Amino acid sequence: MRRIISILLENEPGALSRVIGLFSQRGYNIETLNVAPTEDLTLSRLTLTTTGDDKTMEQITKQLNKLVDVVKLVDLSEGAHIERDLMLIKVRASGTMRDEIKRTTDIFRGQIVDVGPNTYTIQLTGTGEKLDSFVAAMAEADILEVVRSGVAGISRGEKVLRL
Amino acid sequence: MELLSGGEMIAKALEDEGVEYIFGYPGGAVLHIYDALFKTCKVPHVLVRHEQAATHAADGYARATGKPGVVLVTSGPGATNAITGIATAYMDSIPMVVLSGQVATHLIGEDAFQETDMVGISRPIVKHSFMVRHAEDIPATIKKAFHIATTGRPGPVVIDIPKDCTRPDAKFEYHYPDNVKLRSYAPAQRGHTGQIRKAAKLLLSAKRPVIYAGGGVILGESSELLTTLARTLNYPVTNTLMGLGAYPATDRQFLGMLGMHGFYEANMAMHHSDVILAVGARFDDRVTNTVSRFCPGAKIIHIDIDPTSISKTVAADIPIVGPVQSVLEDLLDIIGSLQDKDAQQPDTGALGRWWQQIEEWRAKHGLWTGRRYGESDRIMPQQVIESLYRVTGGDAYVTSDVGQHQMFAAQYYKFDKPRRWINSGGLGTMGFGLPAAMGVKLAFPDMDVACVTGEGSIQMNIQELSTCKQYSTPIKIINLRNNYLGMVKQWQDMQYEGRYAMSTYEDSLPDFIKLVESYGHVGIQVTRLEELDQRMEEAFAMKDRLVFLDIFIDPMEHVYPMHVAPNGAMKDMWLSKNERT
Repeated sequence: MRRIISILLENEPGALSRVIGLFSQRGYNIETLNVAPTEDLTLSRLTLTTTGDDKTMEQITKQLNKLVDVVKLVDLSEGAHIERDLMLIKVRASGTMRDEIKRTTDIFRGQIVDVGPNTYTIQLTGTGEKLDSFVAAMAEADILEVVRSGVAGISRGEKVLRL
Repeated sequence: MELLSGGEMIAKALEDEGVEYIFGYPGGAVLHIYDALFKTCKVPHVLVRHEQAATHAADGYARATGKPGVVLVTSGPGATNAITGIATAYMDSIPMVVLSGQVATHLIGEDAFQETDMVGISRPIVKHSFMVRHAEDIPATIKKAFHIATTGRPGPVVIDIPKDCTRPDAKFEYHYPDNVKLRSYAPAQRGHTGQIRKAAKLLLSAKRPVIYAGGGVILGESSELLTTLARTLNYPVTNTLMGLGAYPATDRQFLGMLGMHGFYEANMAMHHSDVILAVGARFDDRVTNTVSRFCPGAKIIHIDIDPTSISKTVAADIPIVGPVQSVLEDLLDIIGSLQDKDAQQPDTGALGRWWQQIEEWRAKHGLWTGRRYGESDRIMPQQVIESLYRVTGGDAYVTSDVGQHQMFAAQYYKFDKPRRWINSGGLGTMGFGLPAAMGVKLAFPDMDVACVTGEGSIQMNIQELSTCKQYSTPIKIINLRNNYLGMVKQWQDMQYEGRYAMSTYEDSLPDFIKLVESYGHVGIQVTRLEELDQRMEEAFAMKDRLVFLDIFIDPMEHVYPMHVAPNGAMKDMWLSKNERT
């Protein structure tokens, strides 16, 4: 089962490698990983998605909590939450495909953020599933590059992950 | 406030921390530190002959005393040589602080001479690590390192220190903090009372209970509490390899060690139990045999300070996260009040039948209720350990290396006290025994310290005979000599039709007697059973000499019992070469 784990991590050199190392060392999967500083410069917020049965997930969260650099963590998939992935996709856009790509982008509420004589770069945000659908919808087009941020997530409502 | 250089701050901080010994080896990146130690430091430094031995010696010291071991090594090869010892300490949860030199800050990342990414290389085998960025952070970093290494589930902590942070001309105000605050590190202080109450009720309702106690009981200084609990309930106790001594071996309620080479009665009792109280143990694969077939009828109460140990391999029915000491205190209180107020008592009828069953198992195949090893015209390895036990009155510190000799020592030396049995259980590190014995002897110079080893293991750190000479550590080395890598040979006998791939030395072994004599020690060869006790006594009578007993044993002997694998349960054991359960 897919899970989204969100972590407040000490913004220290090497802290990220401890998290990543834990996953490879113990044979756990990481599907996506997103990390950036927060409004508190001593902390990074890290969101990762992984898959595993309940026993594996219990071990993953326990092992993460055991890392001295992990301040707090939450399994967002246990409750209502919002998840967003950002994609930048560069496609060949010439001839009749130029209009076709623009239409599909509008349907998905994406934005064309860079226009070249023969290319478009499209920005799209949403769940991972939505981005996958968009890539599938672009099957006719010539996709040149795809860059995704990985999932960033937050709980709905009053529930917060903070010190 | 004093003004000190980085190097001087390290020396002073180790003094302020109450460190008794530093085990180390100098080199370029730590020369400022060594100069500061030389000029000012009151803490004695032990110069080993290889950095691996520094970590094992610090580890042995830590296991015997309960205090953290301290290691100082240089960058690059000094640091990488320390890795095996750090991993050994990590697997057995031994408190240790390792200070490693690093190349100067401006050289980091440039593949400088003797540069290696120590924080990176050690990451999977440390409890935590620090890289010093500014010299003024050194006192607080050292304080944090000792705090993390010694609290919660103990473990090794590495501090990597670039050379420029220790330079003598840059001085800073020195203040050693009294305490530490880490917002992201808070080991459990108490167990959950509701869970402990549930555990107490389940324990009192048990018909076939077993207490399964591990190294956590020793690390948590709770041997007496465990003994009180077991005696209060009259429940049988088994210890893991790491837990030997946590419960007195000569006590009637002790079933012996459990697991792969565990006692028949211990493994049988575990398999047939209805309630297992696991205390500071982690259901290691060398204990459980096949997990899916592990103790099918048992409800499991699991007490551990580390939540990751609980339900990692075997699911716990009642998990209790907390320090063994406070949880056992609470458990005893609750059991007491349940017995008083609610008149809840153990089922004495069922318990009587359970003990009767256990006594039958014990009489049938127990290692201490009759001679279970074969006859031979050679000395049997078990007889050597029995002799060691007799001669030392059961009161020695015994370190071991890894292999058959380790299992024979674990089975036949009856440890009545915690911290007396010092071995690499988790990592299984050959070469551990001699340096560990050195660390123990430095901590307890008036006690008998024996290193039980074999000719494979002893050669992995034999250079430390020189260190033993320099620091006068008159340990006794008991070399169970069979001219094979015995445990490898045993597996090759049992699973590879006796094809001894690379497990013999042919005629390449050194003359150990001459070898130890060249280091300035005493060597005694023993080949006949009749002279075994006498030679053993002679060795231990030489209080101020290191004695190497080279004891020629029957090379064909195997360690039994041995779990049947794969797909065996706790109860499935080989009892000899041709007899199984």
